[in-house]
Amino acid sequence: MTELSLHGLTKRFGSFTAVDGVSIDIPDGSFVCLLGPSGCGKTTLLRLLAGLEEPSAGRISVDGEDVTGTPAHLRGFGMVFQSLALFPHLTVAENVAYPLSIRGTPRDECRRRADELLSLVQLEGMGGRRIHQLSGGQRQRVAIARGLAIEPRLFLLDEPLSALDANLREHMQVELRQLQQRLGVTTVVVTHDQKEALTMADIVIVMDKGRVQQVGAPMEVYRDPANAFVAGFIGTSNLLPCELGEGEITVSGRRIALDPGDRVKARPGEAVLSVRPEDIRLSADGLPGKISFVRDLGESVQVLVEHEGHEITALYAPGARPEVAVGETVGVEFVPGTRVVLPA
Amino acid sequence: MSARADRPTPGWLAAIPAAWLAVFFLVPFAIMLGVSFAHRVPGGFYEPGFELDSYARFLSPFFGRILLTSVALSAGAAAICVALAFPFTVILARMGGRAQTLVLVALLAVLSLSEVIIGFSLSTLLSKTAGVGNFFAWLGLIEESRAYTPSLFALMTGLCYLALPYAVLVLYPPVSRLDPELGEAARIMGATPLRAFWTVTVPMLRAPLFGAAILVFVFTLGVYLLPQVLGQPAHWTLSVHITDQAIFQSNLPFAAAMAVLLLLVSLAMVGITLLLGRAR
Repeated sequence: MTELSLHGLTKRFGSFTAVDGVSIDIPDGSFVCLLGPSGCGKTTLLRLLAGLEEPSAGRISVDGEDVTGTPAHLRGFGMVFQSLALFPHLTVAENVAYPLSIRGTPRDECRRRADELLSLVQLEGMGGRRIHQLSGGQRQRVAIARGLAIEPRLFLLDEPLSALDANLREHMQVELRQLQQRLGVTTVVVTHDQKEALTMADIVIVMDKGRVQQVGAPMEVYRDPANAFVAGFIGTSNLLPCELGEGEITVSGRRIALDPGDRVKARPGEAVLSVRPEDIRLSADGLPGKISFVRDLGESVQVLVEHEGHEITALYAPGARPEVAVGETVGVEFVPGTRVVLPA
Repeated sequence: MSARADRPTPGWLAAIPAAWLAVFFLVPFAIMLGVSFAHRVPGGFYEPGFELDSYARFLSPFFGRILLTSVALSAGAAAICVALAFPFTVILARMGGRAQTLVLVALLAVLSLSEVIIGFSLSTLLSKTAGVGNFFAWLGLIEESRAYTPSLFALMTGLCYLALPYAVLVLYPPVSRLDPELGEAARIMGATPLRAFWTVTVPMLRAPLFGAAILVFVFTLGVYLLPQVLGQPAHWTLSVHITDQAIFQSNLPFAAAMAVLLLLVSLAMVGITLLLGRAR
């Protein structure tokens, strides 16, 4: 039973603040994704959790126990590093059993547990191999098995799938998520890949410049971004400057009445309108624009429209492909109830 | 034909080092080998011949002791140098870029000191009249200044001073390439920093550690001045006796035979390294 709680966690390197006052409570058994662009402080935050960095301020507690000053080797966590950090001088089974043997577990018990863990990650019978004899995906699984060997209170993963090719990565995302649900271990994964975060997470924590920008369920973060950064970072968003008035917005001099379903997070005045590509409709009315590109992606059709220097992306299912050609002038409409007005 | 002509490095370039080795290494070695079988003329020089008299002298207990002294001194120096150089290099590799450069430059500067300078400096430093004994006496640690040389301690200090930079230079590249995440991974998995060092860092660097020890061993085996300056006659090594026989006793056949033996001991060490390297 692990409830992870961060309170005002801060890490400064000289005058640079990598993690800036992060306070979050994470319920037991959650799968958490720390999402953000490179340099946003997500890896530093993970290293603070692991005990590999000492916080400049703030507290970390697990199950109500303050672990802020606990050295890494006494925290009882599991971790998968970006480089995997498998030990080349040990066999696969010895790697997996390392956390057990370091705790003085008898050799037979180590071997039994290593076999169990290897079958958990579908690597039965591979225990005797050397690390360099394994493929990238297999190494990944060994690292995961090793991280889970002691049934950790908290399982930390730093960009664990970034070295894999696209197909294998998607496969491993699903597998990792299923494994986590089966074991119920509280898990924190660092990633810069928003699709990966949306696939795996119960809770997505979006970070930028060392600060938490939004915490929420994947669809909540996707549908209801807290600010323009989150809207732009998660998926593709069309962001247009607008003027927020009473029950309406003005985009490029054209008034659009707001629907009760639309979410307004800005104060009246200058604001940013955020609309997902799938919530854009092309018609005769709406904001005038010129089709600049049509892209068939197989699973969808993407239409790029140029509107007063802004590129607006519209997404259609292949069956609903609009009859448009490059160079044509069209009107751009935003589906009511999907519009989000964010602070400028 | 064209494939040969396209090669960026022409093969005949290899002839230059080959000729160099032949003229300056193989030929002198052949001469030395020939001399080792020559007949010694007591009180004179030597005459060409083929006899095993010089090699027969190896069988004496006196000579056995010399060989044992040489091997023990070099092995001791190798063990001490690696034991000092390894933690030193691990700490060095964790330092900032500028600090690393400074330390490496200082270390290379030590290499420019010859055996003679190191020998006589240490001899002065450890002497009764001008050495650290005066300092210890002034501090009140000892009653009056004393000499710490010639002694085994002085000789070992000299050998290690001479060989330590080589051990560090051999260890530095593999140590600095070691992924720091490996040690961190061990820490998270429950290993104390010391445990992580013994279970991860040391086993992963077994080959370079062994290589550094062999280098120091072979290198100190050839040292012939330090044992005379800093050691007692009991610490005279094979190299000292080669010098003694060749220059002062005018017994070139015996000196040559000992040199051949020294070469064989060195080659045996290199061979063992290669074998162990292949076994891994």
